[in-house]
Order: sequence, then structure tokens, then C-alpha cells
Amino acid sequence: MPRLMGVDIPGKKRVEYALRYIHGIGPKRATDVVEHCKVDPAKKADDLTPDEIRQIVAFIQDNYRVEGDLRREVSQNIRRLISIGTYRGLRHKRGLPVRGQRTRTNARTRKGAKRTVGAVRDKTARAAIKAKT
Amino acid sequence: MARSIKKGFYVEKSLLEKVEKMNASGRKQPIKTWSRRSMILPDFVGHTFAIHNGRQHLPIFITENMVGHRLGEFAPTRTFKQHGVHTDKAVAK
Repeated sequence: MPRLMGVDIPGKKRVEYALRYIHGIGPKRATDVVEHCKVDPAKKADDLTPDEIRQIVAFIQDNYRVEGDLRREVSQNIRRLISIGTYRGLRHKRGLPVRGQRTRTNARTRKGAKRTVGAVRDKTARAAIKAKT
Repeated sequence: MARSIKKGFYVEKSLLEKVEKMNASGRKQPIKTWSRRSMILPDFVGHTFAIHNGRQHLPIFITENMVGHRLGEFAPTRTFKQHGVHTDKAVAK
């Protein structure tokens, strides 16, 4: 398994697909990389020559922000939104959808697995729940 | 979707005039505004805006990294109280 960009080990797949295992490279960028480096997209990632790998790595490093850098950038952007007190930052903080989607139903990706929030009639039981959370 | 660059930024004219007047005179006092849709310009930095949230005007101090956002983003319009709380009134029913 060839190693690209430090941590990534794309599997026994065609290069154009294997590259997509890198965070920050999707279908568009994968095809762009393959085209630019003049590698046969149908070639298996294992069969890449060291020279081709070097070429691909260099191209990605020069043109795209991937993996750790990209993740850092994204989380920095989110942190900025929170620190300046925007509505979007608030939504990130609360783990709710940020772009105005409905939350009456759905929104499960952001909210996670379903948790039942019901009214608890008994006062002591309510206090117990509160203490737990 | 973001606004077209061709159109440029949008700021309520009256608001812009107010800020310019204050910048010219060097005075700084909160500017009360209902114009949540106005974009924050570099000129606004250092001023305090009292932004309407539908009920009151929230005082927001503008810093440099708020530039490019809109005023309304800083004054939430909804108050979420809490789910599942049985007040004494509700229990009595």
C-alpha cells in the first residue's frame, strides 16, 4: 500500500478512486490530479512507480490543503464564528443545523441519535435527572 | 447563497451616513438600528451598535473580525427556554 501525504494509505483500488481516501480530495480533485500528473486513472494504486507517487504528492501539496491542515482550517473557522458571537457559531456550539434547516423533525446528523425529552411530573424524579446531566 | 460581487456590499444608507458622521466628529456612542441586513464595514470597527432583535436593541461592540458579517448575525431573534419542564401551573391541570 503506497503512503501519500503522510498518513493516508489508499487501498488496492484504481488511482482515481484511491486518491479520494485523502481528506480534502474528492472526485473532482482526484481526476484533476491524475490528469495533471499524466497517470493512467485505471492503474491500481499499488502499481504506482515511486516517481509517480512523488509527482502526485508534490502536486497535491502545492495546490490543495488536505488532511490535518484542512481539518485545522475548518475548526478554526468554526472557532472564529463562535468567538465573535454569531448565530452560526451558536448553532455549532449547540450541535444543531447551522444553515436554517428544520429541527422539528430530522436534523439527526447534527443532533445525533434520538434522545427522548419528555415532561417529568414527579418533582423528585426531575431533580434526579437534572443531577445526572 | 452569497451575494453577487458585481452588486457590491449592502448597507442601509442612513446607517452608513450615521457612522460616517460619527467617524468625522470622532464621537462614539451606540447606534440604534433595525437594519439587521446591513453588512459590517471596516469603518464600523470600534463602534457599538444597538441591534434590534425584534424586541429590544442588543448592544454589540464591533471588532475587526466581524467585518463582512451582517449585523443581524450578532443579535439572536429567538429565545429557547427549555423542553419538558413542568411548571406548577401545568402540573395542576
